[in-house]
Amino acid sequence: MDFKMAIKVALKNIRTNKMRTFLTMLGIIIGVSAVIILVSVAQGTTENITKRIESLGTNLLSISIRGRGTEDSISMEEIEKLKNKKGIDSVAPVVNGNVTVKYETETMDVTLEGVDQNYSNVRNHHSEYGRAINPIDVEYRQKIVLLGSEVKNELFGDANPIGEKIQINGNDFKVVGVLEEKGSSLGGNNDEKILIPISTAQRFLRTTGIRNIYIQATSADIVEDVQVEVENFLLKKFNNDEDAYRVFNQAEMLSTMGEVTNNMTMMLGGIAAISLLVGGIGIMNIMLVSVTERTREIGIRKAIGAKRKDILIQFLLESAVISGLGGLIGVLLGIGGSDLITRFFSLNTKISPFILIISYSFSIIVGMFFGIYPASKASKLKPVDALRFE
Amino acid sequence: MIKIVDVTKTYNTGKVKFQALKGVSLDIEKGEFVAIIGPSGSGKSTLMNIIGCLDLPTTGKYYFEDKEINNYRENQLADIRNKKIGFIFQKFNLLSNLNTLENVELPLIYRGMDEKQRKEKALKLLQNVGLSNHLNHTPSELSGGQQQRVAIARALAGEPQIILADEPTGNLDTKSGKEVLSILKELNRKGTTIILITHDMEVAESAKRIVTIRDGLILEERVV
Repeated sequence: MDFKMAIKVALKNIRTNKMRTFLTMLGIIIGVSAVIILVSVAQGTTENITKRIESLGTNLLSISIRGRGTEDSISMEEIEKLKNKKGIDSVAPVVNGNVTVKYETETMDVTLEGVDQNYSNVRNHHSEYGRAINPIDVEYRQKIVLLGSEVKNELFGDANPIGEKIQINGNDFKVVGVLEEKGSSLGGNNDEKILIPISTAQRFLRTTGIRNIYIQATSADIVEDVQVEVENFLLKKFNNDEDAYRVFNQAEMLSTMGEVTNNMTMMLGGIAAISLLVGGIGIMNIMLVSVTERTREIGIRKAIGAKRKDILIQFLLESAVISGLGGLIGVLLGIGGSDLITRFFSLNTKISPFILIISYSFSIIVGMFFGIYPASKASKLKPVDALRFE
Repeated sequence: MIKIVDVTKTYNTGKVKFQALKGVSLDIEKGEFVAIIGPSGSGKSTLMNIIGCLDLPTTGKYYFEDKEINNYRENQLADIRNKKIGFIFQKFNLLSNLNTLENVELPLIYRGMDEKQRKEKALKLLQNVGLSNHLNHTPSELSGGQQQRVAIARALAGEPQIILADEPTGNLDTKSGKEVLSILKELNRKGTTIILITHDMEVAESAKRIVTIRDGLILEERVV
């Protein structure tokens, strides 16, 4: 039997049982669209996280000091020593604390970071408008402040804060800039913080020691070398106590996160694939019913010369057409579904052509696979027995 | 053309064994018109299934065109059915979801004939049985007589040497029945071997030779 005719016959049989075929297809439709939607959400989220980490710079090392005994921080002098090491582009020391800011009647609890002029480059966090912190601000312990975007929104709304005075724990600071929106990263929310000159902060928070340092390597390739060098430096300083400090490598974090989100994608895709499998069982079920119903037809076909292979192909094609059509509808629904999710839940989704092809071919494979048993059952019917069937 | 030697057929229906044919020998020459007559349960349908290569005998030999086919595989038997034998059934056995033309095309599809050729052929055959105005009708839209004529067209599509007709008039009124029989006679006159299975003596009288079968054995053979 030629292929074209076989497809025609398959479509005809599907048309005679519209409702039943649709319900069977529904299993595949739901399966395929679920795979596409869930994987697209997972991949969209992955993309978001990766972008955020990358925006912090892949050649970034961040160091946090826990201390050993009374020695719980490093001094500005030691930071100057670090700056001269090979492969290090710049070093941004940070002192931080929690403070309450107040403007007119609005108050807010925020993180305060005392930073120097290198900070904005190293952390890749620049001023949206206004100016940045300059060396002269650090030198003269200026009482100026840069506001995170959320802090600005909370305190000032739409008004321009530049030049205004806010109170930090009761002290007046002049707003000179607003930071660009960054969203939250692993270090907490980047938009709910304020920046002041590091020298001002040391006096203000009554601490001179520095417990957070960001180091930018000259390139991403040598980050690991720099990390070793910095670790050696710290190991010496803290008398071989490895627990006294931690050095985070941004690139390392990126690959760890990549692993985590990959697992998430696989898991979501896997769960959805199970529903596709269940859809396949639905096809098998309905094809078995169909074989029984059409025993006489099979007998007639065999009597006039259909071979086992002809019957096998006919029934296989029928299940393949059901799953193929279902898969196609599922793909369209999946694309539409992830679009709706982006629109109404503002979740980033990303549909790769790869997952479309995979889920569609998987649906056809499932249909064929679960069609094999019913089709082979049909093809093995003896013509006499099939003809006698009422 | 067909030579059956001492054929038996035993059905195993659970614990009970039933011997439908108890040793039947029969020769059918090319161009003959043979009627096999017997009451229901006599084994005539079993004999027809064996002659039609729908089933194989339990013991005995079956020679089709001088070739022993007892050991043929399913595909080889399907080939014989497709190319050498045309079936006409009591219940017409048309496919209900195909139209008249497609039903007649069916044996040619399995033969692998290309679409244009087989459409032409099916159309011609339907013209011969006077149904060229009913090409797009499904079987349920046709009368019994019309359905049987479609079935005849289908049986002839493969240009078979043998037509096997199993109670072809059984579900028809007298007039349609006569029409069908006259078509068979006409075919025989042109050289096709016809084997007619019936329980009705009047129908059997159309044949040139009548074989009576009872209880799985041939009772008598007589030439009309």
